[in-house]
Amino acid sequence: MRETGRCVYRLSGEIDHHRAQQLTQELQTVLDTRLPGALELDFTAVSFMDSSGIALVLRARRGMEELGGTLRLTHLPRQAERVLRTAGIHRLVEMDQDGEGGER
Amino acid sequence: MKATNMAEIEFLSRSTNEGFARSAAACFAAQLDPTLDELGDIKTAVSEAVTNAIVHGYPDRLGKVLLRLRVLPEQVLEVTVRDWGVGIPDVAQARVPMFTTGGSERSGMGFTIMESFTDTMRVRSIPGKGTTVTMRKRIAQRASAR
Repeated sequence: MRETGRCVYRLSGEIDHHRAQQLTQELQTVLDTRLPGALELDFTAVSFMDSSGIALVLRARRGMEELGGTLRLTHLPRQAERVLRTAGIHRLVEMDQDGEGGER
Repeated sequence: MKATNMAEIEFLSRSTNEGFARSAAACFAAQLDPTLDELGDIKTAVSEAVTNAIVHGYPDRLGKVLLRLRVLPEQVLEVTVRDWGVGIPDVAQARVPMFTTGGSERSGMGFTIMESFTDTMRVRSIPGKGTTVTMRKRIAQRASAR
């Protein structure tokens, strides 16, 4: 049975190549088991992110496209937001900076 | 250019050292009194360069990575990341956005981010001998420091 609800996935700590494989697997599990209609990646507790985070966001985008749902990034710290903007991700995915975003 | 301060750290190409390297660079950069944004830029650029050395320099073995940090005149921080790994056969191609020989966990944006987050970036690579990435970033003198 398809769950059409909204799912908030909270990322935390430092997102880099060292943790990329584990984070990708965790995200895939969320996509495969929750089948969300709307996925929110919450960056509140992310203290650092490099280009490994770009691949992670693109993976989430592809997954949500396959599910026919929406993806939103919320509470992005400035450093992570700059990395994503440099890669042009803001043109592909809805992004809210820290302090904006929806309810926690 | 003559450096007024310098530090070198050599470490094994284990991915756990990515966090160590960018933190060490941030600690060294603190003497230039950077803003949080500038510190974030330095950590990001170092993370990309060190990850490249670990992932692409030594794809199937452990090797040594050198992180050299220098303070140059006029508040310029120079970061050099060197490996003695396989090298890059075509540096121009490697610098193209979205180009990667890594897997689906890589974005191909490493060099683009290093270029965007620093003032200058130079890549020298010899196949079979290794790769050296040198980046420079000027840290703005803050009014309070005058």
